[in-house]
Amino acid sequence: MPDQLVYAMEVTLNGLMAGVLYSLVALGFVLIFKASGIFNYAQGVLALFAALTLVGIQNGQVPFAHMINAMTGGHLTNFGWQVPSVIAILLTGVVMVLLAIVIEKLVLKHLVNQAPIILFMATIGMAYFLEGFGDVMWGADIKTLDVGLPQGINETIESLTDRWFGYGFFIDNLDIVATLLAILLVTALTLFSQYSKQGRALRAVADDHQAALSVGISLRFIWVLVWSIAGFVALVAGIIWGTKSGVQFSLSLIALKALPVLMLGGFTSIPGAIVGGLIIGVGEKLFEFSIGPMIGGATENWFAYVLALVFLVFRPQGLFGEKIIERV
Amino acid sequence: MNDMSDGYMTADGRQIGGVLMELKNITLKFGGVTAIENISFDIREGEIRAIIGPNGAGKSSMLNVISGFYVPTEGEVWFKGYKRGPMKPYEIARLGIARTFQNIALFDGMSVLDNIMTGRLTKMKKGLLAQAGWWWTGAAKEEHENREKVERIIDFLEIQNIRKTPVGRLPYGLKKRVELARALAAEPKILLLDEPMAGMNVEEKEDMCRFILDLNDEFGTTIVLIEHDMGVVMDISDRVVVMDYGKKIGDGAPTEVRNNQAVIDAYLGVAHD
Repeated sequence: MPDQLVYAMEVTLNGLMAGVLYSLVALGFVLIFKASGIFNYAQGVLALFAALTLVGIQNGQVPFAHMINAMTGGHLTNFGWQVPSVIAILLTGVVMVLLAIVIEKLVLKHLVNQAPIILFMATIGMAYFLEGFGDVMWGADIKTLDVGLPQGINETIESLTDRWFGYGFFIDNLDIVATLLAILLVTALTLFSQYSKQGRALRAVADDHQAALSVGISLRFIWVLVWSIAGFVALVAGIIWGTKSGVQFSLSLIALKALPVLMLGGFTSIPGAIVGGLIIGVGEKLFEFSIGPMIGGATENWFAYVLALVFLVFRPQGLFGEKIIERV
Repeated sequence: MNDMSDGYMTADGRQIGGVLMELKNITLKFGGVTAIENISFDIREGEIRAIIGPNGAGKSSMLNVISGFYVPTEGEVWFKGYKRGPMKPYEIARLGIARTFQNIALFDGMSVLDNIMTGRLTKMKKGLLAQAGWWWTGAAKEEHENREKVERIIDFLEIQNIRKTPVGRLPYGLKKRVELARALAAEPKILLLDEPMAGMNVEEKEDMCRFILDLNDEFGTTIVLIEHDMGVVMDISDRVVVMDYGKKIGDGAPTEVRNNQAVIDAYLGVAHD
C-alpha cells in the first residue's frame, strides 16, 4: 500500500533522526547556559574544532604545519602514521578538556560578575578566534572524517518495511547510530547532573554563585568541568555531522539550527533540547512533504525559525524552560 | 573580666572551651570608606557569640571577613591556632566555616533535600570517575551515608514535609530554615548566621531561637550571629560584640553590654561628635 500515509511515516522517521542531531548541538548550549548563564556562541565552532582535531590526530597531521614550514622553510605535513579511531577520539577528548582549562584561565576568570551580555560578547570573540586557530592548526582544506561509523541505507529496515507496506523505507545507518549515541549521552548527562556530587555542585553554581561559594564549591573548577562537558558534546556532534557532510567551515553553522531548538525547548532544560530538536526535525520534514510542493519547496530553510518565532510570541520561555517570576 | 584562657562557665552552666578563632586588629576599607576600624575579638569553642549594632555599623562586613568573602585591609584572622593566609571563600568553607546570608542565598531551582545535600559537598570525597562507578566504587554508599546525616538535620529542623519541594516555592521563614539546614549539613566548626531572624514574625522568631539554642546544645556548634533584635540577642547569646560606625564599642556578656553607656548611646541615638 504505497500511499501518502506510508511516505509520511518515512518522512517522520527521518525527521526524528534529523531532530536528534539538532538536539545534540542544542544540548551543548543548554549545558553551559544552565551552569553559567552564558549563551555560548562558540558552541558550533567548538564542534568544528573538535572534528578538525579528530581528523588531524587520526591522520597523523602535524599541527601548525603551515606556520612551522613558513618559519623554518621545511616541508613538514604529516607524521606518517594513522591513529586508530578510538585512541584518536580519546586524545581529542583530552584536547577539549585542555581547551576548557585555557578558556577558563584566559577568559572566564577575568569576567567573573560581569553582565551576561559581556560574557556573550566574549564567546563571540572566542568563536572567531577558535575558527581561525583551528585553520592555522590543521589547515583550511575540506576533510573527510571516518571513524568507522556505519553509513548508507539500513537494509533490515528497508526489507522489513517493504514486507509490511510494500515500500522500503530509506533510513541511514549513520542516523541510527547518531540516535543511539544521543540517547546514551543524554542518559549519562542526566544521571551525572542529578545524582553525582559534581552534578549537584553544577546545578548549585547555576543558581547562586555566593551560596555555592559558601558551601565550598570552587567556581573555577565547575566552569572547567562545564566547558569540558560542552567540548565533549561538541566532539560527539562534530563526529556525526563531520561524518555526514565532511569537516569544513560550514560545520560550525549547525549552531544556527540549534537556536530554534532552544527557543522551542527552553534554554534551561535538557529534556527541552531533546523534545525541541525532535519537534523541529519532524516538523520541518513533514511541512516540506505536505505543504512544500504547494508553495514551491525549500521550506526546510526557514520552517524552524518561523516555528521558533511563533513560540516566542505565545510561550517565550519555551516548552520546558523556567518561567521567571520575580516576587515583589 | 576574669581570666578566660581555658574557657568559662556560662550563666546557665554550660562550659565554654578555648579560643577557636581570633580576629586581631581587623580593618576593612572600601576605597575611602572605612567599614571596620581596628577591631579585635575572639570566638570560643561552643559559645553563641553575637555581633550587634545599629544599621551600617559594619556587622555584615565583619561576618564577610570571617567567612572570607572580604579580605581585610589590615589585621589577622587566626583559626584553630593558625594564622589564616589569603584564601578563597570556598577554601574557607572547606575549613569548616559555614554561613547563611542576610538576603537568603539558596538554590531556588533545587529541592529542599538537594539544597541541604550541597552542604555535604565538602564531606564527599569520591572523585568524578568514582562517581560514575556508583555501586562498584562505593559512591552509592557515600551518597547514602551523607543522605542519612542530612535526614537527621531535616528531622531536627522539622522540615520533613517540604523535603521534595523546590526551594523557590517556599515562604520566607521556611527558606531561612532551609538555609540554616544547609549550613548545618557541613558540620561546621563555626556557624555564621547573618540576621537569622530578620523579617520574621514573632512565632517564627521563637522557632528560630529554639533551633539555634538546640543545635548549639545538641551538636556543640559554635555560632556567630548578627542580629538587629536586641531582645533576642540578649536572650540567646553568651557574649556580645557591639559595633557602631565600624568600631567596637562593647564586648562581653549580655548583662555587661546592656549596662555599657556607649552601647546605650549608640542605640538610643546620642549625637556623635
